[in-house]
Amino acid sequence: MFYREAGQFKTTYQADQAVFPILQDRIGLALILLVAFVGIPLTASDFFISVVMIPLLILALASIGLNILTGYTGLLSLGTGGFMGVGAFACYKLTTLYPGVNVIIWIFVSGFFATALGILFGLPSLRIKGFYLTVATLASQFFLDWSFIRIQWLTNYNTSGAIEVPTRTLFSYPVTGPNATPQLRYLVILAIVTLLTWFASNLVHGRIGRMWMAVRDMDLAAELIGIPLYRTKLLAFAISSYYCGVAGALMVFFWYGSAEPGVFNIDQSFTILFMVIIGGLGSLTGSFFGAALIYGLPIVMKIVLHALGINILPATVEHLTFMSVGALIVLVLIIEPLGLARLWQITKQKLRVWPFPY
Amino acid sequence: MEILYKILIDPFLQMGSAPDLLVQTLWEGLVSGVLYSLIALGFVLIFKASGVFNFAQGIMVVFAALTLVGLYELGIPAFVALGMTIVVMYGLAFLVERLMLRPLVNQPDIILFMATFGLTYFLIGFGELVFGGNPKKMIASELYLPSGAYDIKMFGGFVSLQKIDIAAAVIVSLMVIVLAVFFQKTRIGRALRAVADSHKAALSVGISLEQIWVVVWFAAGIVALVTGIMWGARSEVSFSLQIIALKALPVLILGGFTSIPGAIIGGLIIGIGEKIGEFYWGPLLGSGIESWLAYVIALIFLLFRPQGLFGEKIIERI
Repeated sequence: MFYREAGQFKTTYQADQAVFPILQDRIGLALILLVAFVGIPLTASDFFISVVMIPLLILALASIGLNILTGYTGLLSLGTGGFMGVGAFACYKLTTLYPGVNVIIWIFVSGFFATALGILFGLPSLRIKGFYLTVATLASQFFLDWSFIRIQWLTNYNTSGAIEVPTRTLFSYPVTGPNATPQLRYLVILAIVTLLTWFASNLVHGRIGRMWMAVRDMDLAAELIGIPLYRTKLLAFAISSYYCGVAGALMVFFWYGSAEPGVFNIDQSFTILFMVIIGGLGSLTGSFFGAALIYGLPIVMKIVLHALGINILPATVEHLTFMSVGALIVLVLIIEPLGLARLWQITKQKLRVWPFPY
Repeated sequence: MEILYKILIDPFLQMGSAPDLLVQTLWEGLVSGVLYSLIALGFVLIFKASGVFNFAQGIMVVFAALTLVGLYELGIPAFVALGMTIVVMYGLAFLVERLMLRPLVNQPDIILFMATFGLTYFLIGFGELVFGGNPKKMIASELYLPSGAYDIKMFGGFVSLQKIDIAAAVIVSLMVIVLAVFFQKTRIGRALRAVADSHKAALSVGISLEQIWVVVWFAAGIVALVTGIMWGARSEVSFSLQIIALKALPVLILGGFTSIPGAIIGGLIIGIGEKIGEFYWGPLLGSGIESWLAYVIALIFLLFRPQGLFGEKIIERI
């Protein structure tokens, strides 16, 4: 009805190939950004911002990182948690070594450390393919996880083995540490996530993204039409790990406030992978959907059970969450293997042609 | 120079000076290798017959063991409980086929792989809900599994061999022989191999995919049960046991996904390499290297043979 592109004529190729060719989509995006940047910080409660929005954005960023590697390039990786850890620990070392430099800069720089390790562990990807590569990425996960515990230099020889985020300021307002307000933290994260999402969107819609997708669909054929296989795969590893690294640094600095090494274990990798699968392989919007669903499900479940007056043990809730996440994954794969993003697309398509079936 | 000495020479001197310790370490490596192979076997079975990389094998091990112990705790005699657990594993195989595999037929491998992730999470939640999260003791003596150890005099020292480990080695060998015969000689075994080659071709010559999948998941369930009993008897049955599934992955890539002998030999290499590495080189790096050493060993092998030691040669066509 209202969602229809009738009457919107394109006069240039550029307009025709835009990421959002339909006016209503652009309006919707602008509205979402407006609500996110202005509405939520002004109206939402501290609890909502720090328990729902901040984790959601950070997890979505990590999902985008993994989506670049798994969804767009077709390299299934289980090392996400490790790379997030690299970002977090790099940022911690940098900001304690050079406290004078703004922490936002270090957040961006720490991503490059994750990139370096991502490239290193991506090196076998030309020779090893498919599930063999998946298992090889597990090597990086376990090795990095082990390093965070064993190499005490990373935690500045803290006896507890955990890192405590120091207070850092932006324009003399504290953005990290215990004194930072949730609103300010939220805005910083939102700005970074928006920027990186925009960058990723440009990447995947451009030449590089097409190269990745060609490799995903069939790497031999991609090589035959002149795509440098090794460079493309390594680039995917590099950029994916950069996103994961930044997400890890944000996670510790703006969400947790402190981190034990165990935070970045294999479970973290799995969680992010689920977000990518449920959200939709090869879709940036899907990364947000997936993060919202997997992270939000336990919270919603708790609230609903509480509201219904059903008093069950927290442990039981956790078990039920596990069961429902598992069932949900299978269900989503059966209904739509391309995830929530694909369902969203189908819905939009239906809206466009409504009231006709096609 | 000192570091090089410590890495390259010192461990070997240690091995030479205390051969009984070396034999003990080798034996322990061998035993954990046997148990790794057992899990890997479960993976290989399903991969061979359906091309599904079954991530849920680890939790199936825990689930089978917990069911057995849980039934026994209800007052059911041990062997009856064993029989009932086998029935439960058949039920699981049936449900997995009906609810998960059948709707997903003809999907790419990666989708099926992820579906087994979902199964893993479901079984973790379900198992904890039903059996509780506390570790349980495996009913080893009720199943007439031996306990205690033989001490053997050797090189002026003692090497202690746990009887349960010897039993494990014997049982695993028996099981491998049975499986090999099953795969090579029986009608169903041939059908399994046909399905592994091509779903479509198998269907077209009249093999029932549904039936084959139930059989294969059931076989993997039985392997899981045996694994659960053996691992459980060595320590205890708890959900942390499912981590051994991750331990079995390097074994798999080392041996090749499609090869039963590969699973066995890969398991032995990883088991022995891990224990020797941890014992002789571990102290240099601050211990705990067991957690990733297996992967690194597997990775090194993989760089030279991308399909694993015994895997079928990967041929790609466009």
